[in-house]
Amino acid sequence: MSHLSVNHLLGIKNITKRDIELILSTAGNFKEVINRPIKKVPSLRDITVANLFFENSTRTRLSFELAQKRLSADVINFSASNSSVKKGETLVDTVNNILAMKVDMVVMRHSSPGAAVFLSKRVKAKIVNAGDGAHEHPTQALLDAFSMQEKLGDLKGRKVVIVGDILHSRVALSNIFCLQKLGAKVKVCGPLTLIPKYITSLGVEVEPDLRKALEWCDVANMLRIQLERQDIKYFPSLREYSMLYGLDKTLLDSLSKKIIIMHPGPINRGVEITSDVADSSQSIILDQVENGVAVRMAVMFLLAGRQ
Amino acid sequence: MSAKIILDSKQFEITILRLCHQLIEQHNHFTDSVIIGLQPRGIYLAHRIQKELEKILKLKKIHCGDLDITFYRDDFRKKELIPNRTNIDFIIEDKNVILVDDVLFTGRTIRAGLDAMQAFGRPKDVELLVLVDRRFSRHVPIQAKYVGMTIDSIESQNVRVEWKETEGKDKITLLS
Repeated sequence: MSHLSVNHLLGIKNITKRDIELILSTAGNFKEVINRPIKKVPSLRDITVANLFFENSTRTRLSFELAQKRLSADVINFSASNSSVKKGETLVDTVNNILAMKVDMVVMRHSSPGAAVFLSKRVKAKIVNAGDGAHEHPTQALLDAFSMQEKLGDLKGRKVVIVGDILHSRVALSNIFCLQKLGAKVKVCGPLTLIPKYITSLGVEVEPDLRKALEWCDVANMLRIQLERQDIKYFPSLREYSMLYGLDKTLLDSLSKKIIIMHPGPINRGVEITSDVADSSQSIILDQVENGVAVRMAVMFLLAGRQ
Repeated sequence: MSAKIILDSKQFEITILRLCHQLIEQHNHFTDSVIIGLQPRGIYLAHRIQKELEKILKLKKIHCGDLDITFYRDDFRKKELIPNRTNIDFIIEDKNVILVDDVLFTGRTIRAGLDAMQAFGRPKDVELLVLVDRRFSRHVPIQAKYVGMTIDSIESQNVRVEWKETEGKDKITLLS
């Protein structure tokens, strides 16, 4: 089988291990392409993609747009802040209007969990979920897995700890699904107020102590504290959070082995990780950004190839 | 389905040697010439020719790369395609490029190869070498300069080239 089992990339939960492996191996090919003197291939020259961002984003949006341009797709961009959404248009109407202009694929970020699934049932276009509320962010999980594989090889049996705001994080949920499908073991670590109650039902262990979690793992994925999603106080102060769950160089150097540090960005320097950790040789944060373009090229290439 | 061997391992070896000598006639010592094999099956021919040439000319290294053309194909979305590795660790700017594939059929693969190659520079000159030329079946105006053997075949037939390295034996079969 050389194709995806799905027509849309809505989440990691509903794709197979085989799909993930296909995307990651195709991303390897695209990583070679984007390191050539000429970084563009004509694969999607007859495809038009709409980037619909109903929620703010810099990195993901730029990464998707660059991936589309490297594949020679035509791109239109849309952000909710200056659109008719403000005038009361519904999501389906907005998207159908855009599709009436002959658009083949939609990349969407939305603040409501399930927005991508909702849309995929109602419109005729390939949908790529670029983040739906606190639900899933599949391309981030795929690029995280790709970056880990580059450093560690096969992820089967590898140990990954996700640290921080698990409750509000779509990155955490997608990462958990993706890593488990690839055979890795996952723990989460953070203040108990920011760890959802259902998390153990996913086969994920909770480790409230950061040092113990870091001693256990091969990779630590440090998440951003999403203050914009926190409508109530989940912990007393940022200072206290960074004392208990922030990673600094002293803690990193005191561990018995060298672990890999990841961060989906944007970094709150001095909160989740200090600057010297973010810029250290153990950090692969910028590799993640580079790989993001290759992984997104792979996702769109494979989806566009589905008849 | 019937299978007829059209080139056995002995003739195969002679053909490869002949192609090598034709190349030497044109390219002397390969100082400004490079070989590029097209994925997936042209790379075996390219590497075989590279090795033979190095042996005959007693040269240390002739540049030889693998080029994948999946992202440049014009039948993308008409059938499922799996990309292969591109591995070209040299720049082809101002070089004489010998593009190598096992079978020349419609010419579409070569057309995509010409496009794909441009990502690695502007070559001075490009030549095409194929082991089997299925003549009268071209969809685009492309011809090979060096040809191992020419055959007449119809569209429903298939030509399969097998290699010592992968299948255990060198041979070419016509499947119909």
